[in-house]
Amino acid sequence: MTEYVSTTPGLFPLPDWAKDDLSDLKGHQKHDLISGDESGEITAAYEDAREDVIAAQQDAGLDRIAEGQLRWDDMLAHPLAVNDAVETHGIVRYYDNNNFYREPVVTGDLDATGDVAAELETAAELAGDDALQAVLPGPYSLADLATDEHYGDEAEFLGAIADFLEGEATAFPEVETLFLLEPSLVENAPEDGVDERASEAIDQVASAVDADVVVQPYWGALEEKVYAHLLDADIDAVGFDFVANQEDNLYNIQEYGATDDVSFGLADGQNTLVEDPEAIRDRVDWVYDQIPVSEFETVYLTTNTETFYLPYAKFEEKLAALAAAAELAEVKAT
Amino acid sequence: MSANEDTPVTVNENKDQFRPEDHEHDHFLLTTVVGSYPKPKWLNRSKELYQDPDHEFDEDDWQEAKDDASRLITAEHERAGLDAVVDGEMRRNEMVEFFAHRIEGYEFNGPVKVWGHNYFDKPSVVSEVEYDESWLVDEYEFTAAASDRPVKVPITGPYTLANWSFNEAYDDDEELAYDLADLVNEEIEKLVEAGARYIQIDEPALATTPDDHAIVGEALERIVADIPEEVRIGLHVCYGDYSRIYPEILEFPVDEFDLELANGDYEQLDVFKDPEFSKDLALGVTDAHVAEVESVEQIEENIKKGLEVVPPEQLVVSPDCGVKLLPREVAYGKMANMVEAARNVEADLDAGNIDIERGAPAPADD
Repeated sequence: MTEYVSTTPGLFPLPDWAKDDLSDLKGHQKHDLISGDESGEITAAYEDAREDVIAAQQDAGLDRIAEGQLRWDDMLAHPLAVNDAVETHGIVRYYDNNNFYREPVVTGDLDATGDVAAELETAAELAGDDALQAVLPGPYSLADLATDEHYGDEAEFLGAIADFLEGEATAFPEVETLFLLEPSLVENAPEDGVDERASEAIDQVASAVDADVVVQPYWGALEEKVYAHLLDADIDAVGFDFVANQEDNLYNIQEYGATDDVSFGLADGQNTLVEDPEAIRDRVDWVYDQIPVSEFETVYLTTNTETFYLPYAKFEEKLAALAAAAELAEVKAT
Repeated sequence: MSANEDTPVTVNENKDQFRPEDHEHDHFLLTTVVGSYPKPKWLNRSKELYQDPDHEFDEDDWQEAKDDASRLITAEHERAGLDAVVDGEMRRNEMVEFFAHRIEGYEFNGPVKVWGHNYFDKPSVVSEVEYDESWLVDEYEFTAAASDRPVKVPITGPYTLANWSFNEAYDDDEELAYDLADLVNEEIEKLVEAGARYIQIDEPALATTPDDHAIVGEALERIVADIPEEVRIGLHVCYGDYSRIYPEILEFPVDEFDLELANGDYEQLDVFKDPEFSKDLALGVTDAHVAEVESVEQIEENIKKGLEVVPPEQLVVSPDCGVKLLPREVAYGKMANMVEAARNVEADLDAGNIDIERGAPAPADD
């Protein structure tokens, strides 16, 4: 019987009070953003905000609790932005969005910092008995978002990023699930040869944790070859962004099959229109109708993208819709 | 072809309607701004007081503060010598929010992140958009009454209004953009009725999604429908990869393109030389993102870059973009130097001292 798990890819919006307080504490300019050694007052504000978003997930009844990645001013580039071997340069566009991050330029040997593990430690305390979910950028996307001025070779750089993320993940406390976010696999699809290396890099990071690993590409479907290579990695679930593209994602599943567990991005992480739980559940049925597989072991129900694009109140409503949809699907499956 | 042929200055009626009666040169390079200008600090303080529920500063006080700021910045534009002025958008907060508040069908759900701790109240379209109260007629009438000079009216374009909103109600953003274009058309009709003759459509979103230029073109067709020919319609497109929208944009039904080129040190200038630039070019000649006033000489050189693309009668002189993020004295310095530089170039043109090759470089013999 399929288990339906409601979750998110993390990177939440800050609660509105925290937007105000942290603007005042940190400022609005490039050099005011998170560097990893923030002051006690700023740390305290983030702790309060983290408490809020964890409570919001618990109130909604989500099956996985994410830390929220509220400190990630540079979105998926955050783990590099706080690294000593990285300089942050000018503000650059975050994929095709009206959002920007500081360009991380790698200038030395990358070592793990424990920054993400420390966030997870505090989240674990707040989550209590609920299942905790870690979130990291996938190695291919993180390499794609960064500029290399040190390793000098594309393959070597991707390898160094994989080593670095492996190091970060090794330091994690016990987590139930790890989401590796890989939008660049869609947005800047790897060429021949690179696709295989990307899959190996993902495999390396996935192997660092004793948890279920979900690789979530978004803003469309993977190219066939990229998808086929990704299935070679030792991961538990591949994610499908059915909000952005239904046809090509279905085609990939029909042609190449899928992992035993899958993650369906069925709620729009970038639109304030809140889906009905019934509609989300119906979309799950619709996917089943189109594919040869009769059953997956686990289906993660999630927004297709991060949710920091949304106003806070709408973000909370999305969480509730996902939790209710997973419950409906579970009931129907029994 | 050179620009110093000893012939009478060519007439460009649409542009020449803004020529001051006492203009001192035969040539006329219309000087103007893109729109926004730094708000006086006291205006921001007034807003804080107005938003503070414990303070007595009320709606009337806030209105008076905005009126005062509008008069002040319009006068500052006049003092800088600009031929067509704006009130610096003193009454507007943000270029999408301001309009979304005035259009039926929009709703606000709270701030969203742009980058770091910079947020904006990104609105949601929750039902079919409809025209309700006028957006800008009051602003235009006030500014026109406060100045003897022609007033330019910047309006955020429908493509940007659609793209920078959450779309809950329409099948796609294109359909929403066209409906919004019809509303912009209605607003321009009212502005024209009130006396406006110079409208600028701002489409910064086109710079980030240049492949959508056909949607912007179709939206503009709706915007100009039944608007009298003599009304000057400009289109402002911020810095981006212009080669992806040129020459297609020459088909757009507008009189003028306002482009951001100083910022990139005119590296993209050649894009516009072939095929021939058939509209008026409002050339950015001072950088809106550098808080240092360019010298008059430097700006003269920048203006002459424009003469490599169009003859003087098709050239308009403007900053790259809105200057609201600059310190106010820097913004003023840029305007004043820009006007002085334009007048110097006009004098040189009158005297036949400027000889600039225009158009695509001649192909090498082979």
